[in-house]
Amino acid sequence: MRILCATNSLLLGLIGFSAFLGIWALLSISGLVPSLFLPSPLAVVERFIYLLDHRFAGGTLLDHLWASMLRFAGGFGLAVAVGVPLGLLMGWFRLLDDIVTPLFDAVRFIAPIAWVPFAALWFGTGIGGPIMIIFAGAFPPCLINAYRGAKFADPRLIEAARMLGTPDRRVITEVLLPSAVPSIIAGLRISAGLGWQSLVGAELIVASTGIGYMMVQGQGNVSTTTVMAGMIGIGIIGLIIDVVLRQAENAILRRRGLSA
Amino acid sequence: MSRKTMVGGATIVTALALWYLATSVTQMISPGRFPSPADTWDAFRQITGAGYANGLLLDHVLRSVMLVSFGFLVAVCTGVPLGLWMGWSRRAEALINPVFLIIRPIPPLAWIPLAILWLGLGDAAKILVIWFAAFVPSVINAYTGVRNLDRTLVEAARMLGTPLLTFVREVLLPGASPMIFTGLRLSLQASWTTLVAAELVGAMTGLGRVLNAAQQDLYPGMILVGMIAVTLCGWLMTAALGMAERRALSWNIATQARD
Repeated sequence: MRILCATNSLLLGLIGFSAFLGIWALLSISGLVPSLFLPSPLAVVERFIYLLDHRFAGGTLLDHLWASMLRFAGGFGLAVAVGVPLGLLMGWFRLLDDIVTPLFDAVRFIAPIAWVPFAALWFGTGIGGPIMIIFAGAFPPCLINAYRGAKFADPRLIEAARMLGTPDRRVITEVLLPSAVPSIIAGLRISAGLGWQSLVGAELIVASTGIGYMMVQGQGNVSTTTVMAGMIGIGIIGLIIDVVLRQAENAILRRRGLSA
Repeated sequence: MSRKTMVGGATIVTALALWYLATSVTQMISPGRFPSPADTWDAFRQITGAGYANGLLLDHVLRSVMLVSFGFLVAVCTGVPLGLWMGWSRRAEALINPVFLIIRPIPPLAWIPLAILWLGLGDAAKILVIWFAAFVPSVINAYTGVRNLDRTLVEAARMLGTPLLTFVREVLLPGASPMIFTGLRLSLQASWTTLVAAELVGAMTGLGRVLNAAQQDLYPGMILVGMIAVTLCGWLMTAALGMAERRALSWNIATQARD
């Protein structure tokens, strides 16, 4: 396992990247694959820029992304608001743990996407249905990581707090919560990734706005460039969400002197 | 019986009783929103007896499980070797990684419209989407597995002049296999979710098709049957993979300690 120097690996990376784009462009420009099915990279970028200020399927690309992000914020926020406190409480109260765990285990194995029919039936296809599906995807990691974080809290700290007569409520907010924060943040990152995925699935199937809906419309109109532009949009937003949470994770770990 | 199983059992029984009470006795939840146990049983009888959405339950299950197994196997056979190679050769890593960094943030479900555009609503599009879903975790975990190999072992083997094939079989694969199996589990789960989503978007048979048809017919009993079938199949496949993992890694002390 030789270590390559930085310039060498950068060069190889550029070669790999341009080979990827080159093969793609060659396939479509040479007409080997009809450009209707495989548009050239340039055509996709052009379409992406065009869609930024032209309406397609009821709105510009930015409108659709904005609608998706609002839904995501709703579902993810709800999952965090319910999952994290419940996880902490389960880590603290044994009885609650014993009651919730079997129910949670039964529900956790249901793929978030399988909730689509009930979500549409109960909350409609506008805002409520997709939010429920995002919630179904994002909730389990929130709960599991808060629970694990609380379970692995240093028992000496808890015992010290109790010995000094701290009430339950304050032990949870001032001992359990702070010591569970690293685990919770790690859970939030997993949860945001799964939530974003579920959102895309939900919008492909039931929604009349949003980036997934735009892609389905693009597919219906055999507009491959629109579909690919949508994929780029989804990828960029997913990446931004991950980077933001990773920065938050690093900032918190650094403040506690835990960073590697 | 421990306290935990007693409380757990009591919870499940209470939940089932509440389900029966709320849907059948008090009618608190209308049957159009959530099915009663009897509705669910009727739907189950219908799909196993007369069939629903172009087939019996067994047809749908077999179709879905077959597609997932096939797509998953193809993804594993292409992804794991690529990951091993990227882990072993820095040059391959530097060459392939940038392409990977672009493709990785795109969720597998987002490939569904493109796959349908390319290959239509048939099996080929579904296998392509499953491949996308399962490929990335296979590669990443095989790669991490190689990177985390015990250096002392690797160098000892090389110093003793182990031929390449023996080296791969005796050091590389066993050392990386715990991580590879973690990747396979993630791949399998991603494959299953993606297939159900792809079938919800469009299919002739399959469990996703059952869910879709039940949703359009406003048939809550069948929706629940479909969800239970999706969950059970996913769970059984993961369990089968877990058994294969235990068999393959029976020599590994870390795995044995975990069980």
